[in-house]
Amino acid sequence: MKILAIDSSGLVASVAVISDDNLLGEFTMNYKKTHSQTLLPMLDDMAKMIDLDLSTLDAIAVAGGPGSFTGLRIGSATAKGLALALDKPLISVPTVDALAYNLCGHRDLVCPLMDARRNQTYTGLYCFVGNQFQIIKEQCAVDIGAILAEINTIGRSVVFLGDGVPVFKDYIKENIKVDYTFAPAHMNKQRAGAVAALASEYYAEGKLQDAKDHKPEYLRLSQAERERLEKENGPD
Amino acid sequence: MNSNKEVRILAIESSCDETAAAVVVNGRDVRSNIIASQIDLHTLYGGVVPEIASRKHIEKINQVILEALKEADMTLDDIDAIGVTYGPGLVGALLVGVAEAKAISYARNIPLIGVHHIEGHISANYIENKELEPPFLCLIVSGGHTHLVKVVDYGKYEILGRTMDDAAGEAFDKVARAIGLGYPGGPKIEKVSHEGNPKAIDFPRARVADGAYNFSFSGMKSAVLNYLNGCQMKGIEIVQADVAASFQQAVIDVLIGNIERALEETGMEKFAIAGGVASNGTLRNAVQEACEKRGVKFYRPSPILCTDNAAMIGAAAYYDYMAGVRSGLDLNAVPNLKLGER
Repeated sequence: MKILAIDSSGLVASVAVISDDNLLGEFTMNYKKTHSQTLLPMLDDMAKMIDLDLSTLDAIAVAGGPGSFTGLRIGSATAKGLALALDKPLISVPTVDALAYNLCGHRDLVCPLMDARRNQTYTGLYCFVGNQFQIIKEQCAVDIGAILAEINTIGRSVVFLGDGVPVFKDYIKENIKVDYTFAPAHMNKQRAGAVAALASEYYAEGKLQDAKDHKPEYLRLSQAERERLEKENGPD
Repeated sequence: MNSNKEVRILAIESSCDETAAAVVVNGRDVRSNIIASQIDLHTLYGGVVPEIASRKHIEKINQVILEALKEADMTLDDIDAIGVTYGPGLVGALLVGVAEAKAISYARNIPLIGVHHIEGHISANYIENKELEPPFLCLIVSGGHTHLVKVVDYGKYEILGRTMDDAAGEAFDKVARAIGLGYPGGPKIEKVSHEGNPKAIDFPRARVADGAYNFSFSGMKSAVLNYLNGCQMKGIEIVQADVAASFQQAVIDVLIGNIERALEETGMEKFAIAGGVASNGTLRNAVQEACEKRGVKFYRPSPILCTDNAAMIGAAAYYDYMAGVRSGLDLNAVPNLKLGER
């Protein structure tokens, strides 16, 4: 079983191909160029290096959100275009789940933090029993204070990762009441290899989408919709 | 790839609030033209909301492409090139079409051609008028653009004039909102204008005195707002249809003024219009009259080809394809792309 995975949900652009238990190739960049300009040339480079015949893929996987709205759509449109052209199913993997999966096997509570602006974070809580992935709190958009309070209540030591770490580092240091660490550089950001690995489990479980039905999970309304609802319902 | 001489282009357009795909053969023969309009969604907000538009594009795009292929009775195997709008427009909206087109092009090794949205509007005339060939003059009027262009050759343009502030369609939207007609302003103003007197109010006809053929519509829009305020203060009843008709006439007079001057000074014998506002019947009649007066042949696309659509992108892509234009996998959306730039 062969899966191509794409993650352009944050600052990182990443593509990977796994074949059963083998990561055949992964190309991950965390540089200032726009995803629109880098994603497909990266895929093309990687595919050439591993002699990838696209028609042998079983599915196209994508980090399906949350994340940067535009970044998500570049990834989704790329995945939808590939799936349409190759007539393959699509697998949408929750971005925060895939981030957490970078730390598969970790003994602490795993807490990915993505910067969602306005003092909010896209986050979730996860743990591994051996290699078994367990979701304690599903991915969500909340205030940084709310997720820290939840971790303090659980009372287990925690490892943080994600592009929200530098944003919230000082706040974490002041407010966390359990032992904590920050994941190291090679596993603290989105990687398509992790998306692909989780996607292969989804594939086995039959969690496939028709590409035409796929859309990103933003976890947030657009500003215009939010303001319209606030006007209609009054501030909450 | 098909072996006969037909060049079959799959075109994709997502620069604003229509998700569109089409199949066009040899630049002029439209085999399918699918448009998913989001207009009802944006009406709630009185105009296009970029984030909402982008979200809708990503939901609809595959379905629209599949429908376009199906209606043309083709598969991607039959397609020789993919054309996609990469600017100008809303960047988030453009990116959906561009990323999708690039992925399909890459996966199936089909040549990719990035198309300028305005070039598409101009090319809508090739579809409608099989005999039309450059050189000709073209007025492009829409919610986002107002350009007077000399089409020197396929893919070669000389911009004679453009708006210095609001696009004509934008002015229609703003005035429509001010007199309580709502969005989209163009069609609504045209409709009520039929019941109004275009000479009721003498709104100023703004001339940009720079020797070129530029336009300015923001002053005319302000004149309408001032008039409405004045009426309110003096307790004079506002006749919606008269305001609409008088404003529409003022815009048309300004457009016609520059068109007549351009025809006079360039000596061109063919004139075309394009863009959403080009489906305004009063404008079409006025341009036709101006052309007939001078013995100039007048070309206009049917309303469905005036609105944003992908067939026009397919027409433009065909002439780029024949000229050897190809875009790379790094093609990006360019929100303020200039006509004639690559």
